[in-house]
Amino acid sequence: MEDTINTYTISIYTENNIGLLNRISAIFQRRHINIESINTSISEIEGVSRFTIVVNLKEERMKKIIGQIEKQVEVIKAYYHTDEETIYQESCMFKLKSDLLFEEREIQNIIRDSNARIIHVNKEFFVLEKSGKRNEIEQLYRDFSAYGIMQFVRSGRIAVTKQEMKISQMLVAFN
Amino acid sequence: MNTETVKTTNTATEKTVRISGSEAIIKCLLAEGVEILYGYPGGAIMPVYDELYKYRDKIHHVLARHEQGAAHAAQGYARISGKVGVAMATSGPGATNLITGIADAQIDSTPLVCITGQVSSHLLGSDAFQETDIVGISTPVTKWNVQVTKASDIPEVIAKAFYLAKSGRPGPVLIDITKDAQFEEFDFKYEKCTSVRSYKAVCKTNHAAVKDAADLINSAKKPMIVWGQGVILGKAEEELKTVIEKAGIPAAWTILGASAVPTEHPLNIGMVGMHGNYAPNMLTNECDVLIAIGMRFDDRVTGNLATYAKQAKVIHFEIDPAEINKIVKTDVAVLGDAKSSLTALIPLLEEKSYPEWHQKFKDLYAIEFEKVIKGDIHPTKGGLTMGEVLNQINIESKGDAAIVSDVGQHQMIACRYAKFNKTKSNITSGGLGTMGFALPAAIGAKMAAPERDVVAVIGDGGFQMNIQELGTIFQQKVPVKIVILNNEFLGMVRQWQQLFFDKRYASTEMTNPDFVAIAKGYYLEAKKITKREELADAVAEMMACEGAYLLEVCVEKEDNVFPMIPTGASVSEIRLS
Repeated sequence: MEDTINTYTISIYTENNIGLLNRISAIFQRRHINIESINTSISEIEGVSRFTIVVNLKEERMKKIIGQIEKQVEVIKAYYHTDEETIYQESCMFKLKSDLLFEEREIQNIIRDSNARIIHVNKEFFVLEKSGKRNEIEQLYRDFSAYGIMQFVRSGRIAVTKQEMKISQMLVAFN
Repeated sequence: MNTETVKTTNTATEKTVRISGSEAIIKCLLAEGVEILYGYPGGAIMPVYDELYKYRDKIHHVLARHEQGAAHAAQGYARISGKVGVAMATSGPGATNLITGIADAQIDSTPLVCITGQVSSHLLGSDAFQETDIVGISTPVTKWNVQVTKASDIPEVIAKAFYLAKSGRPGPVLIDITKDAQFEEFDFKYEKCTSVRSYKAVCKTNHAAVKDAADLINSAKKPMIVWGQGVILGKAEEELKTVIEKAGIPAAWTILGASAVPTEHPLNIGMVGMHGNYAPNMLTNECDVLIAIGMRFDDRVTGNLATYAKQAKVIHFEIDPAEINKIVKTDVAVLGDAKSSLTALIPLLEEKSYPEWHQKFKDLYAIEFEKVIKGDIHPTKGGLTMGEVLNQINIESKGDAAIVSDVGQHQMIACRYAKFNKTKSNITSGGLGTMGFALPAAIGAKMAAPERDVVAVIGDGGFQMNIQELGTIFQQKVPVKIVILNNEFLGMVRQWQQLFFDKRYASTEMTNPDFVAIAKGYYLEAKKITKREELADAVAEMMACEGAYLLEVCVEKEDNVFPMIPTGASVSEIRLS
C-alpha cells in the first residue's frame, strides 16, 4: 500500500479567506505534484469552506502532504481517503446539435440508458447534464463523439466520506 | 474579517479613537511593544511614514539602504532577542526586495512581521505604478499573509500577525495594506490576539509519549542527542542542559542550535552535518538511540538518508507535527514545545553516564584535532587561515560575543570554531543559505542587544551582496564589528569546483575593491591585515573600538573546509582531507 500509487480524495476544511486556494495549490506545485481535480464549496458548517482535491500519490507522500496542508494557519483540518472510503461523483455537461434529437434515434437511447438529463433545449442545440463516476461520463463522451460534441465540460470530483470526519467537534471546542 | 475565528483580549486600549489607518498601524506596533523597525519609504507607504515622523520619539525607524537589508536586519533583531522583528517597505520593488529575507525567515523559523504598502484598492489589478501581487508572491514563503483594503481591519490583522509570527513554530507574516486603507479614518481600538480558531500553536505535552521516550533513553547503551534551534526558540536551554547532565548523554547541535549549550560544556560534542565535527557525524551511525530535539533533519545534517542512523531508535521532540516522519522515521515522537516536553522528561530520566561511549567521541575528536583543527586554528606556516581569525576573536571576546556569519566557507569555520558562552549567539542563515545576510543581520542584532559585542564574520563575496548597509551602520552609528575573511574567491563554490569539477574555477574568482577605502568612505574605522603577526593586535584593536569597525583579513586563497560529507555520502563517510 505504502509503495503503490493510489488515487486519494483530500477533504480540507478551511476558513473562507482570500488567497487560501493559492496557498493550498502551492503545496502541490512546489512538490511537482499534479492535481487531478479540485473543487471548493461551502461545507456542512456555517462559515467553513471545504476543498475536495484528487491526486495520485503513494500513501507515504500523501501523509506528508496532509501535514503540510494542516500546517497552514487557515486550514482547520485535512483528511485523505481512498475511493473505497468515499461516495464520490463528478458532473458533466454536453452541448449537442438539436437536430440529433430528432434525426438520430440512437441518441435518445443513449440519453435514457445513461440517466442523463436534458436541462436546456432550443432550435439549435440542447444541453445534457450527467452526474456519476468518471467511467460513466467517459462512456457517454465516447458515445456522443461519433455524432459531434459542440461543447463538453466536466467538474472536479466531489465526495463525502463513509466514516465521520470529526470536524464539528473541533470547532465546538474552540468556542 | 470573520471575528468569530480569532480570540482577543483587551489589554492595550479601552476607548475607541477616530484615527487614520496609518496612525492605527503605528499604535498597533506600539501596543505590541515594537521599539525599532527597519524599512524604506516609497509612494504607497508614505502615509505610514508620515505617522512614523509624528511618533518618532516613541518608535525608532531605521532607514536601510535596500529593503533586503531591512528584512535581514529585522531577522538579526529577532534572532538575538527572541522578539518579533518588523520590516516595512513600499509596494512593487520595495515589497519584492523583502522576499529573500522573508524566505530566509520562513525556512529558519524567525518571527517577522513585514508591512508593505500597496496601491489604492481601486487600482488593484490595473498594472498601476509600483503595483505587484506581493500577497501572491509571498504566499509560499510566509507562515501567513493577508491584504488589507479597509482601515477597520488593521487592528485585528496586526494583532493576528504578531500572534502568528511568534507563537508555535515562529515564522514570517506579511501584511499588504492599500494606500486608501492607510488614509481612511475609523474608530480604533486594539486588542491583542490570543488564539486563532483554525490554528493550533502548540500541542499539549503527551505524557505517554514522554514516558516512552524516557524508557528508551534509560535503556540505551549508546545514546546521542542532536539538538536544533527549537531549543532556543522554545527557551529550553536550561532544560536541555539538565537532560544532558542528568542522563549523561553526549549532545551535538545543528548549525542553528549552536550556542544553546555553552561550547565548553563537557558533554557538548560539537556540530553535526556536512562540515560538522568528525565524532558526532561518525557516531550518528553507531549510537543506539538518537534523540532529536527541536531539529528537522535537514539534508545538510543527514547526508545520505539510506545510511543515516539506520541502527538507532529515533526519538523526535518537535513542535511542528508536519516534521514528524517527514525525513527520518521516528520510533517515538514527542509533540510540543521543547521546554514543556523536556520539563516532563527530566524527572523520568535515570542519572547515568556512559564513560566508554563518551570516550569514543573524545578519541575521534583527537583525530579531527590532529588532522584538521590544529592546522586550522594554530597554523605555523602559509597564509592566514579563517580558523585562526576565529580563534583570535574567541580570545578577545572570551566567548561572550554574538557571531553573525554570512554563507560559505567562513560560515562553516565560524560555526565550527566560535566559542559561545551564551544562547542566541550564533546568528546565521542556515536553511536558505542567503549570502548577504550577515551585514544587515548584525545591524539588527546589535540594535536589539546593544550591551553585547556583535561580530559579523563575512566573506568577500557575501559582503558585497549587501555592502550598501554600511550606510545604515554609519547613519545609525551601530557599533558592529565586521571581519571580512577575504580569500578573493567565492570559496565554498571554489572548493566544490576543486573537489568535484576538476578545478574548473568557473566565475568564482573575485577581483575585489579596496574594502578599507569603502569603509572609510562611510567614515567607519577600518584596517586591512595580511600577516599572521598582525592578527592579534588587529583583532584587539577592533574589539576595543567604541564605534563600528571593519577588519579585512586577507586569508589563504585556496584553503578548504574539512571535515566534509560529500553530497550523497553517508555521515560516516565524512572526509578529513
